[in-house]
Amino acid sequence: MIYSLNSNLLKTLNIRSLRISFWLQCVFILLLALAIFGPIMNLLIWTVTESWYFPHALPSQWGFKYWQQVFNPYSDVSGSLFTSLLIAVLTVVVCLIVSVPAGYALSKRSMPLRVFWMLLFLIPQAFPNLTVYMNIARLFYDFGLNGTLLGVILVHSVHGLMFSIWISVAAFSSTDPMLERASRNLGAGPFYTFFHIVLPQAAPGLIASCIFVFLESLDEFTGTFFVGSPNISTLPLLLYTASMEGNYQIASITALILLVPSILFMIIINKFMRPDMLSKLGK
Amino acid sequence: MRQTTSPNQLKNHLWLIAPAALMVGIFFLYPLCFSLYSAITLDSGEFTLAHLNKAFELYSKDILFTIIIVLISVAILAVLSITIAALITLSPFRSLSKTLGFLYRLPLFIPFIVTAQMMRTFLAKNGLMNNAFVASGLLTPMDTVSFLGWSGIIITFVWKQLAFSTLLISGAMAALDDSQIRAARNLGASRFRILFQIILPQIVPTLGVAMVLSIVTMMSVLSVPLMIGTGSPTMMTADMAFRINSYGDYHVANALGLVSYCICAGLAWFYLRQNLKEKGAN
Repeated sequence: MIYSLNSNLLKTLNIRSLRISFWLQCVFILLLALAIFGPIMNLLIWTVTESWYFPHALPSQWGFKYWQQVFNPYSDVSGSLFTSLLIAVLTVVVCLIVSVPAGYALSKRSMPLRVFWMLLFLIPQAFPNLTVYMNIARLFYDFGLNGTLLGVILVHSVHGLMFSIWISVAAFSSTDPMLERASRNLGAGPFYTFFHIVLPQAAPGLIASCIFVFLESLDEFTGTFFVGSPNISTLPLLLYTASMEGNYQIASITALILLVPSILFMIIINKFMRPDMLSKLGK
Repeated sequence: MRQTTSPNQLKNHLWLIAPAALMVGIFFLYPLCFSLYSAITLDSGEFTLAHLNKAFELYSKDILFTIIIVLISVAILAVLSITIAALITLSPFRSLSKTLGFLYRLPLFIPFIVTAQMMRTFLAKNGLMNNAFVASGLLTPMDTVSFLGWSGIIITFVWKQLAFSTLLISGAMAALDDSQIRAARNLGASRFRILFQIILPQIVPTLGVAMVLSIVTMMSVLSVPLMIGTGSPTMMTADMAFRINSYGDYHVANALGLVSYCICAGLAWFYLRQNLKEKGAN
């Protein structure tokens, strides 16, 4: 009797504490959502604001005036958008050309000094890179690469190399070596085997690495700031200039243009990139 | 079945890596070494500490400011990302942890410059945050303060890096052996106890990696201090850019760069030492 009373009491206590923790967690998630969506909301509001000043809580005049200004074919934004996309695509191409062979070679466990090479490609992400960028700018100045597309693409590629190599090593490691050997035994040459047997198996991973490099290049600010300016104006540089001039509408619309691919890829990649997969990276 | 490779093939493999290695060497390692060299030599090539002295003389306040900002941000980051990851792993409510798992990842790919622009308007005196406080009656319009400055920099760093560090940490938690947690639960351990005595000790290495990477990122971001940090003191990255763009003074800028490497190296060393100590104790 006493026992069952006790266990009943325990059960109610348990349920009550569960309920409290449920509501606590709900409040935490709500606060986090507010903290995440608040700044994004503010950005969205600024894109459709025509005038907004103290002490108005919300814009006093709404409208799409600045959108027309931005998407005018002669505006700075369309030019920068084109430059940014061109640089990003070419950076992806450079990274692919360099990292596909390297990733394939490093996926072989028997590769001598494999850990050393992997760490070498990690270095650009492991040092504060601002100092490096300003010295690259000085170096490029001597070769006339400052303010050229090629210079900016090179800087972006080195920055993206870590992603492309590490991800393509993972991609090539997951291919089946027996298929490769079967193809060779049946008389196919090494190049034929690579392009028809190995590459198709690694393609999904390589595409993921391209997405990473593309985003990194699209969003890169510091390197372009030192190497590209003032001749090359990418979207981040334009955003920065507009924001520093207090032109928040243009800055916010530019930011929104940069935000779209980021969120889009996040949602696409959300399916592939689970945390437990990430812990296998680099093994 | 092990794959055997002849020495000849290995040589071929080295050729495959060469372009990538050359790129890193020429466009990263060489400028890196050059910055170290330039920080401690005169134009004529003689060794000198004058640039370092000058850097400390002019910017010691900013160096201290940078260290404090980075440390506070990392501390907040660690607490928040452990909380979120623990909720995802341990929460008994599947739907809540699923929502949380989607929510925290949203800022993962949002670029720093966009975050800086968002925060520049959000945290301002007339920003949405203050307006929301005023509208809800928590503040009067006269009490509002602008968060642009050191607190704004910290908020921006945490907002942006939270997704990355939580992703790493919840990954480490998901990779843990599930049976340990279940055994502890069956023996009557509370969720808090499981977190502090079973999960946390095992994910310390990942936590360290996430924090060191976050520190390096914060030390190299230029857009946030330029756009959010108004006035003085400011972060070292802004000083370096100023030194170059206004004076063309590479020596002092590189000396500041050397200091920033040392800060990162110092924090990384601290982490490694803690790690070794714990391994030694066991």
